[in-house]
Amino acid sequence: MSLKTNYRQAVKAFQPKTPYVINSLKAFVVGGALCTVAEAFANLYSRFFSVPLLSAQQLAVMTMMLLAVVFTGAGKYDDFSQFAGAGATMTLAGFANALASAALEYRSEGWTAGVASQMFKAGGAAIVYGVVTAYLLGILYYLMS
Amino acid sequence: MKLAGKQTWVFEHDIYIQATGTAVGPLEADGPLRESFDIAHDDLYCGEKTWELAERRLMQEAIGVCLQKGNISFSDIDIFLAGDLLNQNVTANYVARTVPAPFLCMFGACATSMQTIAVGAALIDGGFARTVLAATSSHNATAERQFRYPTELGVQKPKTATFTVTGAGAAVMGRKRGRWRITAATIGKVIDAGTANPFDMGSAMAPAAASTIEQHFIDLGTSPADYDLIVTGDLSRVGSVIVRQLLAESGYNVTDNYNDCGLMIYRPDQNVFAGGSGCACCAVVTYGHLLKEMERGALQKIFVVATGALLSPTMMQQKQSIPAVAHGVVMEAVKEER
Amino acid sequence: MDYVMAFMVGGALCAIAQLFMDIGKFSQMHVMSLFVAAGVVLGIGGIYDRLIAIAGAGAAFPISGFGYFLAKGVLAQSGAAGWLAVSSGMFQFAGAILSFAIVLSFFTALLCKPKG
Repeated sequence: MSLKTNYRQAVKAFQPKTPYVINSLKAFVVGGALCTVAEAFANLYSRFFSVPLLSAQQLAVMTMMLLAVVFTGAGKYDDFSQFAGAGATMTLAGFANALASAALEYRSEGWTAGVASQMFKAGGAAIVYGVVTAYLLGILYYLMS
Repeated sequence: MKLAGKQTWVFEHDIYIQATGTAVGPLEADGPLRESFDIAHDDLYCGEKTWELAERRLMQEAIGVCLQKGNISFSDIDIFLAGDLLNQNVTANYVARTVPAPFLCMFGACATSMQTIAVGAALIDGGFARTVLAATSSHNATAERQFRYPTELGVQKPKTATFTVTGAGAAVMGRKRGRWRITAATIGKVIDAGTANPFDMGSAMAPAAASTIEQHFIDLGTSPADYDLIVTGDLSRVGSVIVRQLLAESGYNVTDNYNDCGLMIYRPDQNVFAGGSGCACCAVVTYGHLLKEMERGALQKIFVVATGALLSPTMMQQKQSIPAVAHGVVMEAVKEER
Repeated sequence: MDYVMAFMVGGALCAIAQLFMDIGKFSQMHVMSLFVAAGVVLGIGGIYDRLIAIAGAGAAFPISGFGYFLAKGVLAQSGAAGWLAVSSGMFQFAGAILSFAIVLSFFTALLCKPKG
């Protein structure tokens, strides 16, 4: 298949293949490791501060988010994500990074028009879809029960 | 008639590059071509408060060092041509406030450098200017924040992604004898090959580069062997292979004398994915390294083809494809008079 | 033992997300939204509760966990009168996470500069 006659198809041969096996393995290991750390925090909180399990999990998740935001501020989370892929981005740490990195980026445009307005640039879609889905299913559940 | 064939301008008068100036950021200063750059910064902020101000400073510095090296003053400049990647070309427009010459803004995305050289040479050849100042710039962070994502966002970029060069290049052209002559320029048509992946510019731009290069050969009746080097602006690892194949399919063999600025500006071990991109890529490699190579006699006649992808984030979100353009300029080393 | 399950389930969810991006060619934003929505669906359906019971943070920490917290908030209020209660209860558990993220982000912007 020549590039001149069918570029869009023929050009695929020139594009390096995404190493999805290695990427998935990295995501699995890093994501799993971060979840294990979160679980350790959850156990710590539930045992030492005697909070109910759900609260302990929330606190654990929030602790991880704090760490993610610290790394974002230090400029290291993007390098970490380049390596770990979904292991870094598809967790609530990644969500915190999405909000923090956007807030940080638009600092130069001021506190209101910049930081505050642009904060949800990367993470907003996830929130919207979560709320919309929860709303629709909640109404359905309420109607059916 | 100065138009040769369909797209090539052949300059009647002797038009020279009198001087050039380059300013780059930390990654480029750490690369293999660092000796050829005039000014290097060790920080992306370049001593400024925001990324946009840093890019502006780079362009300002490139212009300053260019005029200084050529012993040219602002009052000698008849017209200023400049462009960059940012919306409304703010870097060029804001820098133009400090250049006391009439200004024409240019946008060719990453093809801006050769666009400004070509147009500048044409203005001189047509008697509309005696001395022209041309400049272009790009900055990794300003490009990321405008075209892609916040710079600290965790994103896993693919191998096909290119890395915007942080830097600026400036050149002064005129009738006064210099070390390099601009003999011809081929203005490219916009080619849209139907690719829509903003993380793979090489595939999007290669057809435009091939189109301009082929038309150049047809217009002038030349072939690859007539040039010591045919160099593209920023096709990088993916696009450079594609363009060679496209040219081969048309019967032009450029294996021995082809290179790409995006491949030359960084070392393989620097984390730049497929290579360099951005307006500054072609500009700083050409105005710094390639012209120096010509000066020391390693290259006599080169064809520099800057490539630009004419997309916007909105177009990408609307699932549009990426049109591209490529402009080429022929530069020849001026032999020393004995 | 729950550490092993946390690792396996959390890792698996991340790996699935990675495949969605690499093979499915979905963008990061798309996959994040998909995962949160999936968390809501599975949370309303009661399946995610079982995942939480098995894996703990391995199910709560991936971004689908945010969807789960939204769903849990909705279900907790479903008994109350009127659909208004259903929709306002949504942030009962997820609100802590969201507000914390917003406040952290704001203060990060106060203290740090992006490094590129």
